[in-house]
Amino acid sequence: MGEMEALRKEADNLKDQITEARKVVQDTTLQEAVAGTALVGRVQLKTRKTLRGHLAKIYAMHWGTDTKFCVSASQDGKLIVWDTLTTNKVNAIPLKSSWVMTCAYAPSGNMVACGGLDNMCSIYNLKGKDGNVKVMRELAAHTGYLSCCRFLSDSEIITSSGDCTCVLWDIETGTEKTIFAGHLGDCMSLAVSPDFKMFISGACDFTAKLWDIREATCRQTFSGHESDINAIGFFPNGNAVITGSDDATCKLYDLRADQELVTYQDSGIMCGVTSLAPSLSGRLLLAGYDDFNVNIWDMLKAERVGVLAGHDNRVSCIGVSSDGMACCTGSWDSFLKIWN
Amino acid sequence: MAQTNSVGQGSNGVADESPNMIVYRKMEDVIARMQDEKNGIPIRTVKSFLSKIPSVFSGSDIVQWMIKNLNIEDQVEALHLGTLMAAHGYFFPISDHVLTLKDDGTFYRFQTPYFWPSNCWEPENTDYAVYLCKRTMQNKARLELADYEAESLARLQRAFARKWEFIFMQAEAQAKVDKKRDKIERKILDSQERAFWDVHRPVPGCVNTTEVDIKKSSRMKNPQKTRKSVYGPQNDVRTHSPTHTPAQEAKPATEEQLQDQINYWGGQLDRHRLKMSKVAESLLAYTEQYVEYDPFITPTDPSNPWISDDTAVWELEASKEPGQQRVKRWAFGINEVLKDQVGREQFLKFLESEFSSENLRFWLAVQEVKKRPIREVPTRVQEIWQEFLASGAPSAINVDSKSYDKTTQNVKDPGRYAFEDAQDHIFKLMKSDSYSRFIRSSAYQELLQAKKKKSKNLF
Repeated sequence: MGEMEALRKEADNLKDQITEARKVVQDTTLQEAVAGTALVGRVQLKTRKTLRGHLAKIYAMHWGTDTKFCVSASQDGKLIVWDTLTTNKVNAIPLKSSWVMTCAYAPSGNMVACGGLDNMCSIYNLKGKDGNVKVMRELAAHTGYLSCCRFLSDSEIITSSGDCTCVLWDIETGTEKTIFAGHLGDCMSLAVSPDFKMFISGACDFTAKLWDIREATCRQTFSGHESDINAIGFFPNGNAVITGSDDATCKLYDLRADQELVTYQDSGIMCGVTSLAPSLSGRLLLAGYDDFNVNIWDMLKAERVGVLAGHDNRVSCIGVSSDGMACCTGSWDSFLKIWN
Repeated sequence: MAQTNSVGQGSNGVADESPNMIVYRKMEDVIARMQDEKNGIPIRTVKSFLSKIPSVFSGSDIVQWMIKNLNIEDQVEALHLGTLMAAHGYFFPISDHVLTLKDDGTFYRFQTPYFWPSNCWEPENTDYAVYLCKRTMQNKARLELADYEAESLARLQRAFARKWEFIFMQAEAQAKVDKKRDKIERKILDSQERAFWDVHRPVPGCVNTTEVDIKKSSRMKNPQKTRKSVYGPQNDVRTHSPTHTPAQEAKPATEEQLQDQINYWGGQLDRHRLKMSKVAESLLAYTEQYVEYDPFITPTDPSNPWISDDTAVWELEASKEPGQQRVKRWAFGINEVLKDQVGREQFLKFLESEFSSENLRFWLAVQEVKKRPIREVPTRVQEIWQEFLASGAPSAINVDSKSYDKTTQNVKDPGRYAFEDAQDHIFKLMKSDSYSRFIRSSAYQELLQAKKKKSKNLF
């Protein structure tokens, strides 16, 4: 097997060279560069609303773009669309499969999507003629569970799966337009860039990948985590990527520097990160953990500046509304909470 | 304080074990330190009425130790972490089924490693039945069943009606063995056994910390590793959870995969990398610019609807009259104008007044067609071509020849991205030319000043 050995050596050699190339631009660290900046003051957010109605663990939630609506998915086999201000349930959609792992709200507000152990992404039309919410499409082709999905528009959606791939679908025809393959482990999470031209995926191979939607190529790969990446998101200007992992840390990677800038960790935090969301300015990072808390980090100084403690079980999902006014958390305790 | 994460990795970087394991190891590191003879928590035997309470320490002892020895700032954090460790079963209150840490004189005991969750326990209901049954056979006040346990026992008796004789016999055998043990040893073992069941069959309303996320459980590689039988070989009883499909074996990278990796990393080697100082500067600048718009840092004006129940701020947003703060934001960059509906309208209005709106209208049309259902795309692409790019087009735009040629080709087989190159070119033009003129224009400046005056009038 001399040839395999030679190939492996060549691959490792290239990786080492890249590590060196990345070092070349390290004329400073983020910590040094912001040494003169004051730490953001203690952030104390309070629970303003509790959304009650699910009967089992909540696995996912997603804010609508322009409204104060959000959608949540629970193992009780329901998708609920909430008016978060009044706490009323706008829609309660029964699902065929109760093993749901993800949900998404279309930017237009016309549709929601969900999927899970059924390996499918089901699209529901919220604005149907007779007022009933029905399944519009069932996107089936993945050979593994559906871990995450995000709409690009009412016509296209991107999914990530336990089969290690991400897929861009045409909703109208229900077909796969592009398959993004390259991860060596289950894809757990994805996020679309603010300009909708790219998306990032985090996987159980401990890496995050940046994909060009149109060209169907992997533009960049970031590593450094020591366990599964469960959550991923863009910094608000689209130039950096935030990841959250089972290794109990979050990391910030910059796209233009092509490397990690900082790790958010604390020896008192032992449990994995399940979800994350930046605040509107990007100065704060809100991350949900398996230890039932949300920790708020000063993203530049890499220090904890707040804790949201209110759930009685793991925080499984988190989101900040588009105008930055509210943070919503969902938990295995079956409740969603709105904080600000 | 670096914790070593010795996560077992297959050659493809795939973990060998459940993510809960990572947490267990970290907790066990702390437990080892807590049990250290010199620097750990002092364990003692307490005299009480006619008997002794062996091998205990108080909740306050734990909290004090944590604050002193771990990187923990305050009591709240210590209680949180301590309760987490108790809920996982590493130490437990000796007189309570509910596993929390209290900062007082409540007595706690360490769990024996045999019962640690890192042994991948998945005890069967038959074992639980044996355990509860055994408890009823012993005449000790401390072993009396709690209400929820009595209910569980009744349920199990109904479920296992056919095997009950067998279960009863096992319970009897267990009870016999227990009776022979030393009194003090029995107290300790009984409490540890109870704590084990408090983790795996928690009090109703308490969290079951052994639960695994279904995304992870469907990947777990070694179902053989799990220990199901606490008291001896049992008949298999199916538990209610999604079927554990055996995860795919981590295959060593194939020649093709290695070659792909080599090609990929080779391509990445010479990419341009921006200096860290520039990157840091850019991140800092962005956060500083937007901090006044971040409701979590700067209180909003009018107030945040969730706090005051007053939706004035959203009504203002929806009205066609943009507030000063909103108008100010348009100057941060062309994207701010383009993503704000009122911003787009004002920008368009300004360009129309200059008779130079075709670039923006083209850009908006292309954005719109990208969202259309695929069957509508070809017609729309033709319409855009006719309006903006065809010879004699009524709203002719100026595109570089390379993009023009490419677009001409694309339009022959029209897809959503037919105008991508042209759109990129037009975007750059707008950014450097029309946008800067808009921001410098009197129309924009007036909008920026307008609300200032109005708000003054309110006072």
